Amino acid sequence: MAPFDEKSAPHDEELIKRLKKIALYIRKCSLIMITKAQSGHIGGSLSAADILACLYFHHLRHDPENPRWEDRDRFILSKGHACPALYAALAKAGYFEEDELWKLRQVGSILQGHPDMRRTPGVEASTGTLGQGLSVGVGMALAARLDGKKYRVFVLLGDGELDEGQVWEAAMSAAHYKIDNLTAIVDFNSFQLSGFIEKVMSLNPLSDKWRAFGWHVVEIDGHDMKQILDSLDEVEKVRGKPSVIIAHTQKGKGVPFIEKAFNEGISKYHGIPLTEAELKRALEELYE
Amino acid sequence: MNERHMREAYGEALVELGETNPDIVVLDADLSPSTKTCMFAEKFPDRFFDVGVAEANLISVAAGLASSGKIAFASTFSVFGTEKGLNQFKQSAVYPRLNVKLVVSHGGISLGQDGVSHFCVEDIAIMRAMPNLAVVVPADAIETKVATKAIAEYEGPVFMRLVRPKTVCIYEEGYKYAGEELTFKVGKSVTLREGSDVAIIATGLMVAEALAAASDLEKEGINASVINVHTIKPLDRDAILKAARESGAVVTAEEHNVYGGLGGAVAEVLVENYPVPVGMVGIRDTFCESGPWKELFRKYGLTSADIVRKAKEVIERRG
Repeated sequence: MAPFDEKSAPHDEELIKRLKKIALYIRKCSLIMITKAQSGHIGGSLSAADILACLYFHHLRHDPENPRWEDRDRFILSKGHACPALYAALAKAGYFEEDELWKLRQVGSILQGHPDMRRTPGVEASTGTLGQGLSVGVGMALAARLDGKKYRVFVLLGDGELDEGQVWEAAMSAAHYKIDNLTAIVDFNSFQLSGFIEKVMSLNPLSDKWRAFGWHVVEIDGHDMKQILDSLDEVEKVRGKPSVIIAHTQKGKGVPFIEKAFNEGISKYHGIPLTEAELKRALEELYE
Repeated sequence: MNERHMREAYGEALVELGETNPDIVVLDADLSPSTKTCMFAEKFPDRFFDVGVAEANLISVAAGLASSGKIAFASTFSVFGTEKGLNQFKQSAVYPRLNVKLVVSHGGISLGQDGVSHFCVEDIAIMRAMPNLAVVVPADAIETKVATKAIAEYEGPVFMRLVRPKTVCIYEEGYKYAGEELTFKVGKSVTLREGSDVAIIATGLMVAEALAAASDLEKEGINASVINVHTIKPLDRDAILKAARESGAVVTAEEHNVYGGLGGAVAEVLVENYPVPVGMVGIRDTFCESGPWKELFRKYGLTSADIVRKAKEVIERRG
């Protein structure tokens, strides 16, 4: 298989239709995986599915046949708890068999509870304790510069994760070193483990914060495929500074009763799996 | 006596490594004039990254570089590298077995007057408990130089602990001891002196004290062996067991809490395999205080006299 390198293709309806189908697959797999394992994080996996679909099936240059291809773009899931969605994307892209998905969090599985770069083909960094991925991305982006390579580095951060001081250490250093091959994406689903972001720890004005740290900022609807694709293209043109895409998302996106729970301030589906009956209902209700 | 800074030897070694290996990169957190990574920075500015006073970022950025094929040396003081970047070190570097070499200066209490906020008497214990990680503690500047080169070659993460002050060089230039040329190998100890009455197992700048203690004991007719355990992990179990079998009495000496450091590591091996009386010279589970370091060493029991006393104790216990 040739490396994925499709980002020059137009963002037409056909592409968007295809990516929506993939995002649906990612959501469906995430729900089944977490229910099978009776363990894992639903809300943040579902909110990130569209972003992952756009990255792995259009924007990233990568090669599932050769996961360590040295010119590949790097993607780091800094919000590691959303790994069911990442694993589904990697399986769909061909990094490993779909059957592996159903062994999530089981002894001997290549799919650990949080991303493990040594066990899972396609995983670029071991994450799980929050706040570290952007720093790792800075290191990878600096390595690209030293080696004269063209690859780009993408880091998906949670909004709750932005409470971590290290994210801002990394943000400062990326701007200081004028790293323009680095893109941060914030999955801004407005809900962290114990409640609404603005109740637990206020983030706003979030764009201003990043701008003040020297970053180019784009704000988008993180479920609008065209906006995601366009923003990824836009930030690649920015020179001399890193870019962040603040993607406004819905936690639990795609399953109405889960969305509703989060919107009512109920944190149940952040880290608690569905029952079999809930899964059945979720799969019935799941929408593109 | 020839005294030198381990930190300067580290800086020199980095420069030499940088000249021969383009994959060597060095990071620091605003302490390069003190850790001596400034020497590399001056020579190879493109491969040096100062992240400012941000140790968490320091270590994770190093991990990102290492995962892209670099050998990343990250330096700061021990207390900051060990305790402000610990989870970063574990998750982003040690668990995935990346080539991050966390080389810290200012281990222990020998930085003296900066006091407790800057001391680190628990770093070896903390790092030793982490799977996948090698823990190296050179005895002097000469060993620091060869150790720096050895850990660059070593595949995987390493924690190496240096100290602030000039310390006695126990080795001769070119890593020789008593005229004999040695090879530094991660995981192998160096037996500096043979003796069958008691074995003194030491690390870091306490190796010099151990040698002084052995000379003093000899004057009293007691023959002590001295083993420099420059690698706390993986530990040279064979050498430790051999020393215990030959002498039946062991003293450990380290500039570290007596809990969890070299003493603990040696005791773990002996208690499971060949129990003999063990005496530990180290800091007795206290934070210490500011002061000139040699005075601190006297007050907190880190001198050759303390080793002599402990040696006599274990000999008596052995009977």
